[in-house]
Amino acid sequence: MSNKVQVGISINGKKVQKQVESRLLLTDFIRDECNLTGTHLGCEHGVCGACTILLDNEPVRGCLMFAVQADGCEIQTVESLNHVDGTLNVLQQSFSDNHALQCGFCTPGFLMTLTHFLKDNQNPTENEIREAISGNLCRCTGYANIIKAVQQASQILQKENSNCSVVSAQ
Amino acid sequence: MKKYVGQSIKRKEDYRLVTGTGQFVADIKLDGMLEAVFVRSPQAHAIIRYIDTLKAKELPGVHAILIGDDIKEKINPITQFESHSAVPPNVAKEINPKIQFNAESVLAVDKVMYVGQPVAVVVAENRYIAEDAADLIKVEYEQLKPIVDPYEAMKEDSPLVQEQVERNIQMEFHLSIGDAKQAEQQADRILKTRVQTPRLSSNPIETRGVIADYDNRTDQMHVWSATQLPFEVRATIAHCLGWTEQNIRVTAPDVGGGFGPKGGVHPEEILIPYISNQLNRPVKWVEDRLEHLTSARQSRDQVHDVIVAYNSDGTIHSLRDEFVVDSGAVNFFGFTCAYNTAYHLRGAYKIPNYDIKSRIVLTNKTPNVPFRGAGRPEAVFTMDRVIDMIARKLKLDPVEVMKKNMIQAHEMPYDQGILVKDGAKLIYDSGDYPAALNQALEMVDYEGFRDRQKELKKAGKNIGIGISTYVEGTGAGPFEGALLSVDSSGKVIAHLGASPQGQGHETVFAQVGADALGLTPDDIVIKVGDTAVLPFGAGTYASRSAVNAGSAMHEASLKLRKKVLAIAGIMLGTTPDEIEIEEGKIFSKDDPAHFLTLKDIFKRVRPAARPPLPPEIEPGLQVTHYFVPPTVTFASSVHVAEVEVDKETGFVELQNYSVVHDCGTVINPMIVDGQIQGGIAQGIGSALYEEVVYNENGQLLTGTYMDYLLPTSMEIPTVKKGHQLHLSTRNPLGVKGVGEGGAISPPAAIANAIVDALSDLEIVINQLPVSPSRLRGLIKEAEKKQSTILSK
Ligand code: FES
Ligand code: FES
Repeated sequence: MSNKVQVGISINGKKVQKQVESRLLLTDFIRDECNLTGTHLGCEHGVCGACTILLDNEPVRGCLMFAVQADGCEIQTVESLNHVDGTLNVLQQSFSDNHALQCGFCTPGFLMTLTHFLKDNQNPTENEIREAISGNLCRCTGYANIIKAVQQASQILQKENSNCSVVSAQ
Repeated sequence: MKKYVGQSIKRKEDYRLVTGTGQFVADIKLDGMLEAVFVRSPQAHAIIRYIDTLKAKELPGVHAILIGDDIKEKINPITQFESHSAVPPNVAKEINPKIQFNAESVLAVDKVMYVGQPVAVVVAENRYIAEDAADLIKVEYEQLKPIVDPYEAMKEDSPLVQEQVERNIQMEFHLSIGDAKQAEQQADRILKTRVQTPRLSSNPIETRGVIADYDNRTDQMHVWSATQLPFEVRATIAHCLGWTEQNIRVTAPDVGGGFGPKGGVHPEEILIPYISNQLNRPVKWVEDRLEHLTSARQSRDQVHDVIVAYNSDGTIHSLRDEFVVDSGAVNFFGFTCAYNTAYHLRGAYKIPNYDIKSRIVLTNKTPNVPFRGAGRPEAVFTMDRVIDMIARKLKLDPVEVMKKNMIQAHEMPYDQGILVKDGAKLIYDSGDYPAALNQALEMVDYEGFRDRQKELKKAGKNIGIGISTYVEGTGAGPFEGALLSVDSSGKVIAHLGASPQGQGHETVFAQVGADALGLTPDDIVIKVGDTAVLPFGAGTYASRSAVNAGSAMHEASLKLRKKVLAIAGIMLGTTPDEIEIEEGKIFSKDDPAHFLTLKDIFKRVRPAARPPLPPEIEPGLQVTHYFVPPTVTFASSVHVAEVEVDKETGFVELQNYSVVHDCGTVINPMIVDGQIQGGIAQGIGSALYEEVVYNENGQLLTGTYMDYLLPTSMEIPTVKKGHQLHLSTRNPLGVKGVGEGGAISPPAAIANAIVDALSDLEIVINQLPVSPSRLRGLIKEAEKKQSTILSK
C-alpha cells in the first residue's frame, strides 16, 4: 500500500504539504501528520461528532473523509479558537464559565459545531441550540450546561457586534 | 473555616480541554512506537481449531503476531479482583456464598467464550498495516452451542461457558431477615411479578486505549491507560505477568469518561505491556467503537422474581426476591453488583421481612462489570415498580404507598438489620426522606399536575407523573490517600490516588485543601492519575472520591498546617495557637501586618537550614494521610418524571424531570449539579433508548451507534434540582457521594410516569428500555384485553 498522493491542506492558517496514502483518514492526517490532537475520535462512523472540524468554513466529520479529499481546502480545528495570547475566545470561555464540559473529550467537536452555528445564528432560541448540537454526543454533561454556555456566548457576541456596528457607524 | 468549600469555583482542568491541548491516551506519541490491532472472535462459543498467521506475518511492516498458544504458559489469566471480590467473614456467615473460580485468558486459548473476545494481536508500524495483517489471519472455529439465556445456562445438561463452573452458576448467596413466608400468610394481599433490566454499555465518548513503554536498562514498564483504576491495572499486570509491582508505573492521563467499565481491567491492558517488553519498543492500542461495543465490559442485566406481601392500606410486610445476574463469560467483581442490589433494594422503606436469593450466572456474552450505580438502578427499578404496582392494585396514589412505608426522620440513624458489603452494619447515617419527598412534590406542583392530567385526558392527551426514590451507599472504602508537600515556590503539591474521568478532582480537592490550610485553590496543585505519585491508591468508582480522597486531602492538609504553625511559631517567636493563616499569609494574631508565606517556611525547614530546627521537627514540608472510612455513607434522592405518551406510536416525550437530592456537604455546587444532570441523562438513556442486544446465537446486534442509541440534546431536558443537606457523620467533611446517583432512579421514575399516563389501560412495565415498539406492543395488548372485557 504505498501509492502515495501529494496533498496540500491549509490547517489553522498554515499550509501543510504531505505525501499520504490515499486511504489515510482526514482525522489521522490532522492528528498524526499535523500533531493537532485536539480533534478527537469517538466512533469513527460519523455519529458522535467528536471529530467535527470546519472545512472551508462548513462543519464536517473528519472521520468520514480521506485526507486526499481535503486537498486544496482550508481546515479549522479546535486549536485555532483561542486568541494568539492564549486567552480563550468567547465560546470557550462560556464553556468553562458554565461547566459545559466534564471529561472534555467531546468538547472540541461541540466547539467547532457551535463556532459555525453562532456565525449563522446570532440570537438562537433554546430549541435551535438543542437542534444545532443534536449531532454531537456527550456522555458526561447531559447537555444542559452546554446549552447554557451557548446562550451566554451568543449574548456576549451580540453585544460585541452591536458595539462594533456603533463604532463603524461613527 | 469554609471559604472555598461550597463555592462554584471554575475548573482548573478546563483550559487545556477547551483549547484541544489536553492529553488523552490516543494523543500520546513515543519514538519508535508500534501499533496493535486485535483479532476478535466472531463466534459466541466455539473451539479454536486452527489459526493461520503465515500470510499476515509476511506483510511488510508487521513486527509481531501473538495467539493464545504463544502466551499459554507465560501470561496468567485475569482472575477475580481481590480488592473488589473479598467477602468479609461476617458477611460470609450471614449470606453463605458459594463461589466458583473463574478466569479469562488475555488471548483466547482453545476456545472462545463471547463475540469480541481477543483471539490474536498484531503489532505493526501503524494501525493501517496492523489492520491489513489482521484481515489476513484465518481462524478455524468449531461451533459449540451458545448459551445466551441465564435460565437455560443453569439447567442440568446445559453446555458450560467455563468448564469448572458447574451449571454456570459462578456465585450465589442468600440474605434473609425476619420471616417472609410467614408474613405472606398473614398479609391481606400478595403481589408476584418479574422485573428485568437490560444489559447496557457505558459508552464513554473516548474509547479505551493503552500504551506501554518498556525501558530495559531500568527494567521499568510505563503504561498509560484510559482507566479509572491505575493501581488495579498495575496490580493485575503484576499478577498476570509475574513482574515486580514497583517496576510498573501506570498513568491515567486525561480520561474521556469512564462510568465504571473503564475500571474493569481488560485483557488489552496486560497484553500491550507484555508485547512492549518482548519487542523492547513502545506499543499503542486504541479501541474503535465497534470493539468498544463488543469487547469493553458491559453491565446491568438482571432478572428479578419478587413476591411481596402487603396490606390493603399499602403497608408492605415482606419482600422476597430471587434474582439472576447475567454476568457474561466471566465475573471479575465477585458479588459487587449483586450484593449492592441486595442491600439497596429496600431503599428508603421499612420492610421487616426480607429474603433475597441471588445467582450470578455465566453466559456467552461480554463480561459484566459495575457501571454507574452498580446494582442500584436494578434494585430501584424493581422496588419502585413494586410500590407503583401496589398503589395501582389498591387504587391509591403511589405517593400514599411511599409515605406509608418510608423511614421517618426521627428514626435516623436507621438500622436496616443487615450488613453492608464491607461488613459494617447497614445503618443509614443521616437524611430526611419524607421531607425530600414533600419538597419534590412541591417542586413539581403534584396536585396541580393531577388536575392538569384530568383536563388533558378529556382532550385525549395522556400525561403522567412518576416518582422514584433511592438511598445509596456511597464513598465505599477501603481507603484513599493524599501526600502533600510544599515546594520552593511555596505551592502545595497534593498527590492523590483517586484519578478522575471528568469529575473535576484538580479543582475540588484544591478547594478542600485551601480551606484547611488557609490558602487559595490556586496555591494548590493536584496531581492524580499516576501510580508513581503515591504508594497506594484505589480509584474513582462507587461515588467515592469526594468522600475518601476528599477526606484524605482534608486530614493531610490539617497535618501540614500543624507543621507550618509549629515552624512559624519559631520564626515569629510565638506559640502556634497564636498564629493564623489566611489566603497564604501566616501571621501572629496580634501583628497581622508582619507575615510569612509558605515560601519562607519552606526555606526554614530545608534539611540544610541554619540555624537548625529543634530535633523534634522533621525537615521538609511533607505529610501523608490515608483516610479509611468506617463504612459507606448514605446519600439519597427523590426523582420525578413527567411524560406525555402518544398512544398511537408508543412514543414517550419526557416533558420535565426534577430531583431533590442529599449528598451532605456540597464541595462545588456547579460540579455536583453537573454530575446529577449527567447521571440523569444516562438514566434516561437506559429508561428509553439503550440496550445491548444479543440474538439467540450470541451474536451482538448493537455494534454501532445506529443500533445502540445514546440520548442526544433533543432527548434530555434540563433537570430541575432541589437540595437537602444532611451531613454525613462518617467523614470529617460531612460529604456523601454523588457521582452515580443521577443514573439510579430515572428508569423507575419514567416507567412509573408512563404507567400513570396510561392508567386507564392498566399496563405493566417491567422491562427496559421502554422503546416505542415495546410500549406500542403493551398498549395494543391492553386495548385488546379491554375490548374483550367490554364485549363480554
Ligand atoms: S468520530 Fe467522527 S463522528 Fe464520531
Ligand atoms: S464532557 Fe465527557 S463526553 Fe462530553
